[in-house]
Amino acid sequence: MPKRHWKTKDILLSITAFLIISIVKSAAVIGVLLTAVAYSVWLERKVSAHIQNRWGPTRVGPFGLLQPLADGVKFIFKEDLTQPHVYKPLYIAAPIIAVVFAISSIAVIPFGNWVNIGPWGTYLQITDLNIGLLVVLGITSMGVYGVALAGWSSNNKYALLGGLRASAQMVSYEVSLGLSLVGVVIMAGSLSLRDIVDAQGGVFWGFIPRWNIFHGQTLAFFIYMISAYAETNRTPFDLPEAESELVAGYHTEYSAMKFAMFFMAEYANMVTVACIATLLFLGGWHGPIFGPPLLQAIMPVIWFCLKVFFFMFLYVWVRWTLPRFRYDQLMAFGWKVLLPLAVANVVYTALVVAWRA
Amino acid sequence: MTNLPATFAEPGQDGTLILNMGPQHPSTHGVLRLVLEIDGETIVRVKPEIGYLHTGIEKTCEAKFYQQVVPLTDRIDYLCPMTNNLAYCLAVEKLLGLEIPPKAQWMRVLMNELTRINSHLVWLGTHAMDLGAMTVFLYCFREREDVLRFFEMVSGQRMMTSYFRIGGLALEPPLGFFEKVKKFADRFPGNVDEYEGLLTGNPIFVMRTKGVAHLSADDAIAMGACGPTLRGSGVDIDLRRDAPYTGYENFKFNVPVRTEGDVFARYLCRVAELRESIGIVQQALAGMPEGPVKADAPKVVLPDREKMKTQMEALIYHFKIITEGFTVPAGEVYQAIESPRGEMGYYIVSDGTAKPYRVHMRGPSYANLQALAKMCEGQLIADVVAAIGSIDVVLGDIDR
Repeated sequence: MPKRHWKTKDILLSITAFLIISIVKSAAVIGVLLTAVAYSVWLERKVSAHIQNRWGPTRVGPFGLLQPLADGVKFIFKEDLTQPHVYKPLYIAAPIIAVVFAISSIAVIPFGNWVNIGPWGTYLQITDLNIGLLVVLGITSMGVYGVALAGWSSNNKYALLGGLRASAQMVSYEVSLGLSLVGVVIMAGSLSLRDIVDAQGGVFWGFIPRWNIFHGQTLAFFIYMISAYAETNRTPFDLPEAESELVAGYHTEYSAMKFAMFFMAEYANMVTVACIATLLFLGGWHGPIFGPPLLQAIMPVIWFCLKVFFFMFLYVWVRWTLPRFRYDQLMAFGWKVLLPLAVANVVYTALVVAWRA
Repeated sequence: MTNLPATFAEPGQDGTLILNMGPQHPSTHGVLRLVLEIDGETIVRVKPEIGYLHTGIEKTCEAKFYQQVVPLTDRIDYLCPMTNNLAYCLAVEKLLGLEIPPKAQWMRVLMNELTRINSHLVWLGTHAMDLGAMTVFLYCFREREDVLRFFEMVSGQRMMTSYFRIGGLALEPPLGFFEKVKKFADRFPGNVDEYEGLLTGNPIFVMRTKGVAHLSADDAIAMGACGPTLRGSGVDIDLRRDAPYTGYENFKFNVPVRTEGDVFARYLCRVAELRESIGIVQQALAGMPEGPVKADAPKVVLPDREKMKTQMEALIYHFKIITEGFTVPAGEVYQAIESPRGEMGYYIVSDGTAKPYRVHMRGPSYANLQALAKMCEGQLIADVVAAIGSIDVVLGDIDR
């Protein structure tokens, strides 16, 4: 950050500027995130359709691009059934918990570098915490409450089984998920997402970018991706809502907007996971910069978005290709395969870093 | 659970949960209802309950002329209408002692094998979807669409074909039919490779199916299991080869048998049958004889429209068959054939009138469903879904 000499007037001005910039940033990020969530649903439908020799949405707008809007309207106008046998306070709270925690973790995620807006500048990030990574992990792991409480408060056997599966699965995979990130943290020496990205700048051997995925953390990347798929309950780990076994799992009893909130939470979580994977393993906004100055200014954001898009596409691709694990196989895989690998990766990374130092 | 029938009202053991799966459940293939007693996710007991699709077809048959029963048989096992038609027609033809012309026989074999492909494709798609692989479903239905188009070409109907009639076929196959089937038959093995590429070598699919829902050969025989469910347990029985009908003795094919007795073995059996069936289709196309498609039995077989307008007798026979049916010599007959699901048998009692005294159908799904409870004990909930898929039940075939 550029250094400056502070005066009272400057301080007042910069506080105002900070507030305005923060509000604008928050609004923009939330807006972009919700749009991204809506359009990742569209992406999922479109890509799955083309994988399966179908067309997908085509009726609403060009290429069905207005489909998310139509879906939203449909969800709002549908009858919001609340079964008489549910435990109401938690039944209503559960989708809110799920969606709030899914969305709020975006607050610490950086999208790009420092930008100057007139005399002031800002990072493209709502707030840069020095423990950003921990905050993301903490917030996303709260999401399991939404799922578990939804399953429990529905008073439905299928929902209960789904909720139980979800809590067991998410708690188990969180361990290897957290451990897979430790290697990256050791290499960067910081928990701040910005520092982690900065540590990945440059190239080695002349042409390979110094992204963590190429630079010693390949194994960690795959462990992270697998655990993250389990964390977000996506195929092949979509057991909590395995519709062929548990009807709809934990959200069996939910309809209309309450169901849509779980849906949004799932996709928001996917976006978060894609962002984290991009930041920690794919060098965040790093990428070749070229072109006129204006393009150069937004190029990092474009790189970031492209990498996130790649992960979103990967999510969809995997979902429509693979079958689903069984509950015990999932647990065995998490504890017996992923966890030892993650621990081994941490030990290996620590040894290498210590040896180099 | 208060309005359960008495047999299910008994409470579970300590710590177990009664879970009602179906009749409205995404993977109970229609309206099968399973009452599961579960301990955590482990199955303690399974009780299938049937009857939600009861149609009364067996009883209805008794009020119909013999030829009017054919459309009813379409609706029993709705995934293989031609097989049902064939079993019924063969049984009645046996009572009548009719001689079926060779072209009709070969067409019956051809259509029967296409029906098997149709049925197995639906099974493969839904089975894979139950295990979470959703794309296979649409790939299978893409090819099934072609098969249904063939059905439509010969009979005008995609599913309720009624193409086989007592004494032969309803119509000659239309022009260009054999070329289209040939094109499909040449392409189809590649499609099967595609399905297998998504499933057979997929470690998750193998994990989900290997060693799951095991059925030993002894149990399979004791439960009366048949078809691929039986052959997956290592019992080598296929009525097409062991009790040939409608000219199957002229065709060369292997009967895939696996000894493992698990879901994966049954899967492999059926996929291998897809390839064998297309081989039979190729043979039928290559050796298709010329000649009439209806038996020379004017009292039983409806005359051509043209003859009706030129010949007095034809018009009389047509009028008589339509208004009073044809009489069948008194006696009883059992004719079993190999349907895609196993032994599909028709037991017909005739009292010498134009309407059957009794028509009993031996549905393969009914027998195979018996084995489900045995397979699922001690397995997990997800395995029940795999097991249902692997025995390939069609509820219309069970409830009748």
